[in-house]
Amino acid sequence: MRLRRTMMFVPGNNPAMIQDAHIYHPDAIMLDLEDSVTIAQKEAARLLVYHALKTIDYGDTEMVVRINPLSTPYGKKDIEAVVKAGVHVVRMPKTETAEEVKEVEREILRVENSLGCPGRTKIMAAIESALGVVNAYAIATASDRMMGIALGAEDYCANLKTQRTPEGIELLLARQTIVVAARAAGIDALDTVYSNLNDMETFRKEVELIKKLGFDGKSIINPRQIEIVNEVFAPKDKDIEKAQAIIAAMEEARQKGSGVIALNGKMVDRPVVLRAQRTIELAKASGLI
Amino acid sequence: MNHIASKNIEPRTNKLTNSHKVVGLEEAIRRTNLRNGMTISFHHHFRGGDKVVNMVVDKLAQMGYKDLHLAASSLTDVHEPLIEHIRNGVITRISTSGLRGRLAQEISFGLMKEPVVFRSHGSRASAIANSEIHIDVAFLAASSSDPMGNAAGYSRSANAKSICGSIGYALPDAQYADKVVIITDDLVPYPNRPSGIVEMDVDYVVVVDSVGDSSKIASGAIRDTKNPRDILLAQQAAKVIINSGYFNTGFSIQTGSGGASLAAVKYIRQSMIDRNIKASFALGGITAHMVRMHQEGLIERLLDVQSFDRVAAESLMSDRMHKEISSIEYASPTEPGSATHFLDIVILSALEVDTNFNVNVLVGSDGIIRGAIGGHPDTAADAALSIIVCPLIRGRIPCVVDKVTTLITPGNTVDVVVTEYGIAVNPLRPDIKQKLQEAKLNILDINILKEKAEQIIGKPQPLPFGNKTIGVVLGRDGSVIDEIKNIEAKDM
Repeated sequence: MRLRRTMMFVPGNNPAMIQDAHIYHPDAIMLDLEDSVTIAQKEAARLLVYHALKTIDYGDTEMVVRINPLSTPYGKKDIEAVVKAGVHVVRMPKTETAEEVKEVEREILRVENSLGCPGRTKIMAAIESALGVVNAYAIATASDRMMGIALGAEDYCANLKTQRTPEGIELLLARQTIVVAARAAGIDALDTVYSNLNDMETFRKEVELIKKLGFDGKSIINPRQIEIVNEVFAPKDKDIEKAQAIIAAMEEARQKGSGVIALNGKMVDRPVVLRAQRTIELAKASGLI
Repeated sequence: MNHIASKNIEPRTNKLTNSHKVVGLEEAIRRTNLRNGMTISFHHHFRGGDKVVNMVVDKLAQMGYKDLHLAASSLTDVHEPLIEHIRNGVITRISTSGLRGRLAQEISFGLMKEPVVFRSHGSRASAIANSEIHIDVAFLAASSSDPMGNAAGYSRSANAKSICGSIGYALPDAQYADKVVIITDDLVPYPNRPSGIVEMDVDYVVVVDSVGDSSKIASGAIRDTKNPRDILLAQQAAKVIINSGYFNTGFSIQTGSGGASLAAVKYIRQSMIDRNIKASFALGGITAHMVRMHQEGLIERLLDVQSFDRVAAESLMSDRMHKEISSIEYASPTEPGSATHFLDIVILSALEVDTNFNVNVLVGSDGIIRGAIGGHPDTAADAALSIIVCPLIRGRIPCVVDKVTTLITPGNTVDVVVTEYGIAVNPLRPDIKQKLQEAKLNILDINILKEKAEQIIGKPQPLPFGNKTIGVVLGRDGSVIDEIKNIEAKDM
């Protein structure tokens, strides 16, 4: 299981940040070729991101690149560069339909075929409009390469003719739709960014909220946000102990060759086992066990 | 009745606000019998806000003095006007802990005939006490003084114009200089005690409009670094401290300047509370963080040779357990009672560290002087555990290198180097290495760190140093441990 509690956005035209983004140990780094790069810098940023992916040892961080849409003159070139550089995930911005995903998939496959490594690259889609939210499940299931869908709240709110509030009531439907679509498709759900770095309290509340809603993690824009997300997502001691007991019971059942897992005389259901496994993974990633 | 005639029966209140010592600057200089070729001294407690060095040297130039030796505790970018005085022969020799800004640049390019002599704060204190530096006249800025010369880096009066807190680096000058001139912007009535400088050491008191801009020391509030890299480094340094074996009740600690080393204290605070650990003293540059921990009962005493911000300066004025100490008491290598000898842990920054753990804090990777030795080699040598906090890479500059540009602190006194890519432990300290590994910290060989830096940014070209020696670095025993050569001037 790969943890995606934090996906840190790094502008694709900022060498200093690209160079050492991984030292803060986000679960994933998203190098951005889209909104944070001006038109004049598109080519330079693509080259920079390509070389960063080729030369910097990012360890086990999942490397994601947000490409420009295929409808722009940059999208295809972006895909070619980052797939050649061995990026783990191509992130599509402003995704509204399943067809857009298929188009990106075809482009990725073309590059992969030329390299002799078909199927290497995953895709994730950012949903940033009402149409995208309505089509969330279709987008999430448009390709076997899909590893997650994410909410992009700024564009979504503009499209919805509203604006973001600290409580986030305006995002509730989109968030829940995205989580449900992701779960139905068996992929991950990632929440939008929170940009006010001077208000860590509201940020923490937002992370607590999206964890409750079922998200796997949050997009972040600064290393200082990582600790808070990890704290919120870290399992409590009591939950870890329970999960360890369940895993032990599962092992015991397997050794006995029994299909029924029992703990303290009660049968343990499969969803409980899955949740226990996830708790253990999170606890390990949080350094708690 | 005769004895009444020989007795001054004036009300003593008349004496409180004036004395024969209070004179103008020019008159004070004249009366000190300062002559060409002599040594004058200054302190740098106002750092970038200092006004006294320029004021006095301008006056000396105007009075026609030449060939003076300027022995300051340190010099900063505000002392750029010295360039002209050096060109005109007013100042021909400099002894200091550091140089910054354009003055540093010009000296690096070869401005002076004589090399600048760099000493640590402890070495300077020792050199003054042992007459290696003989100060003829000390010009010492003070935020308050009474007419007899009881002077301090703060003022209790309503007219206070400036504050710098401790004037610890000026205390040896006051004690050992032949003549001492206090320069103050707040003349207060006798007795201005408690005070760092006492009247017996003072010859003249000069009142001026302003001795320094206190806002240049640091802002009034606790300043937390928001730089994620500094935060990461500080957190790692805190983990090293907590797991070092020295983190026990009664321990003592010092932090050097630099965002990461200052912030490290913040991160050990919670562990002190959780484990009910109390420190006996914090030493050195005292910060608002340390003052707060002292007020919370986590640090019993503060020994303050230099106040790093206004909170610390004000605490020094009002808190008996926040004690001003001289640089002799702080770090003199020849004074067995100096506080560094009782220090458990010091956290220091660096411009460069090499694979032999040698540290440079003075000369930039471009060959230009841009820093100060401070108490770096003193505390590294004397503390039980010295931790260097240093990013592996600054922009395009590697900070872990094969060989430091200039040797300031010898590697055999440096125990741990904390970088954002991992922690290196000096092979001389296998005990520390084992403890940190048991705590699951990311311990790497320092050569691996150097290679990582080179992998990312390549190997730097050698610097274009010339043949002229523009600076000499003295070690703690007074011997020359390195020479600084001139660097070719180019467009910066």
